[in-house]
Amino acid sequence: MKKYDNLRLLGGKVSFLIDRRALAIFLLLTAAAAGVFVISTGTGDMKISPLKVVQVFFGGGSDMERLIIQSFRLPRIIIALLVGISLAVAGGILQGMIRNPLASPDIIGITGGASVAVVGFLAFFSDENNALTVSINWMPLAAFGGAAIVAFLVYFLAYKNGVSPIRLVLIGIGIASLMKALTTLMMVFGPIYQASQANIWITGTVYGSNWGNVAILVPWTLILLILAFVLARNVNVQELGDDVATGVGSTVQKHRFLLLMVSTGLIGGAVAFAGGIGFVGLMAPHMARRLVGSAFGALLPASALIGGILVMAADLIGRTLFSPLEIPAGVFTASIGAPYFIYLLFKTRNS
Amino acid sequence: MTTGQAIATKDLTLSYGDTIIINELNLEIPKGEITVFIGGNGCGKSTLLRSIARLLKPKSGAVLLEGEAIARLSTKDVARKMAILPQSPSAPEGLTVLQLVKQGRYPYQTWLKQWSTEDELKVKSALRATGMEELKDRTVDSLSGGQRQRAWIAMTLAQDTDTILLDEPTTYLDMTHQIEILDLLFELNEKEQRTIVMVLHDLNLACRYAHNIVAIMDQRVFAQGKPEHVINCGLVKNVFGMECEVTIDPLFGTPLCIPYGKGRCILKGEGILG
Repeated sequence: MKKYDNLRLLGGKVSFLIDRRALAIFLLLTAAAAGVFVISTGTGDMKISPLKVVQVFFGGGSDMERLIIQSFRLPRIIIALLVGISLAVAGGILQGMIRNPLASPDIIGITGGASVAVVGFLAFFSDENNALTVSINWMPLAAFGGAAIVAFLVYFLAYKNGVSPIRLVLIGIGIASLMKALTTLMMVFGPIYQASQANIWITGTVYGSNWGNVAILVPWTLILLILAFVLARNVNVQELGDDVATGVGSTVQKHRFLLLMVSTGLIGGAVAFAGGIGFVGLMAPHMARRLVGSAFGALLPASALIGGILVMAADLIGRTLFSPLEIPAGVFTASIGAPYFIYLLFKTRNS
Repeated sequence: MTTGQAIATKDLTLSYGDTIIINELNLEIPKGEITVFIGGNGCGKSTLLRSIARLLKPKSGAVLLEGEAIARLSTKDVARKMAILPQSPSAPEGLTVLQLVKQGRYPYQTWLKQWSTEDELKVKSALRATGMEELKDRTVDSLSGGQRQRAWIAMTLAQDTDTILLDEPTTYLDMTHQIEILDLLFELNEKEQRTIVMVLHDLNLACRYAHNIVAIMDQRVFAQGKPEHVINCGLVKNVFGMECEVTIDPLFGTPLCIPYGKGRCILKGEGILG
C-alpha cells in the first residue's frame, strides 16, 4: 500500500509530504477528542444526552440546558482541552529539543516556577484574616510570570557558547528542585488555609474556569500553536543532534531559543489557568510517537489531541466519580502519569 | 572561483579553551578527489574536519569554501555546497529511513515548501545510490550498523552538495561493512566527481581509497599528497609513533603498512624475532 501522498499546490509554491497513516490517526484522534468533549459536556449533576449537547452547541435545547452547558460546563471543558493541548505540545517540543523522551515541562522547572509564584502570591497578598488583598484574577498572571522567569533563568544559567541540551536539562532539574523547596518552605510558614489552597493549585484543576479565562487562553494558545507548527521542521533536525542540524543549515541556537520561548508560553498559559497539572507533557507526546512516529509535522498535532483528551477525561472523572466532591484533574493525570513514567524508565533502562 | 581546490584553510588556528589543537594551518583540499585525514588519537584531525564543516569556530584564521570565507556565507548557503556526517550520529526512536533522508533537504526547504518535486527526486536518488530503497520505511533504530550508516550517508547525499565531509564513517562497523561504505563513497566520487573529505583510522584502507592523504601531527600538517608518495616507515613512525614496514598491497598496489610488535610469529627462522 502507498504510505505517502505528495501534496503540491500553487505551482509548487506549497508542498508537503503527507503520511497517510498519520493523517488517518489524526482524524481518529480528532473524532475521539470531539467525543470526549461532548460526553463531558453532557455529564454532571444533570445528565444531558450527547445529541442534546450538540443541539445546544447549535443554539437549540431548553433554557435550563443552555444555562448549564454554556455557563457552567463549557468554559471549564474548553480550558481543559486547551491546557491539555498546550502541555502536550510544549512537552513534545522539549522532548525533541532535549533529545530525551523523559523531558517534560515539570522536569525542567518551568511548572515549578509557576508554583512558587502562586504560593508567593497567596502569601504576600493575604491579610491577617487570610483574605486576599488583591483580586484573585491576578493569580494567573503571577503563575505565568513565575513560569517565564524560571524559563529565562534556566536558559541563562545553561548558556555557554550557546545552550546544549544536556546543560539545559541538568540546570532545569536543579532549578526545579530549588523551586519545589521554596514552595514547601512558603507553605510550611504560611497559614494552613493558604497551604491547602496552594496545594489544590499545585495539583492542578480547571475548577472555576469562566468565559473570561477562555477569551484569554484561546487566542494565546492558537498563536503559539501556529508558531510551534511553523517551527516543527526545525525540531526535526534538532532531534538529529546539533552537529547534523548545523550541517544541514539550521541556525540551531536561534531556533532553540525560539522553541523554548514557544514552549514556555504554552506552559505558562496552561499553568496560569489550570495550575500544575502534571505528566501530560510527558505522556501525550510519548503516546503520539507510538501512533504516528517521530516526524514532528505529524507528532505535534497528534500529541496536542492526546493531551486535550487526557486533561478533559481527567477533569470529567474528577468532577463525577466522587460527586459532589471535586477531585482536581491533576490527581488523575498524575495517577496515570506516574506509573507511565516508571514504565518509560523501565523500558529505556537498557538504552 | 578558484578551480582545483574545494576547500582551503588560511592561517587556521583551532583550540579548546587555551589548548591549541591546530596552529596557523594553510591547507588546500583538491576538488573532485577523496582526501583522507590521518593521524594519531587526539592529533586534531576530527577537530579540523569539524571546523571545516563550521561545527567549531576557529580561534583565528578562516576556512574557504570554493574561495569564499565560510564565516561570511549563510549557514544554509554552506549547507547547499557542503554536507557533513559527524561521528556516530544518532536518530530519535521511531524515525524511518525516509524521514531521516528527507532532512537532508532542509537547506532547500521553507515552511510552505517542504516536499518539492526536486526534493522527491534527490531523496529517491540518494536512497538508490546507497541501496536503501527497500528499507526506506524501516525505522533507523531497527537497522544493522552498516545499514544505519548507509541511511545517514543517504541523508548527506540528499543534501546534493559537491563536497561531503565524513568523520570516521566506518567506526564500529565490521570489515565487510567498512569496505561496503568506502566502496560506496569511492563510487560517488568516481561517478559524480563529488569531493570527499574524511577522517579514517585504518591507514591501509586510507591508502587504498584516498587520492590525497593529509597526515596531521603536532598542530600542523606533517605531510600531504598521494598515499604512494607520502606513506613510508618514517612517516608512520613520526605521525603514529609506531615501527612498521611499508610494503605494497598485493591486490591494489597501494602502500600497505605492517606494524611491528608482539604477537605470535609462526615463520620458521625468518620472523622478526629471528
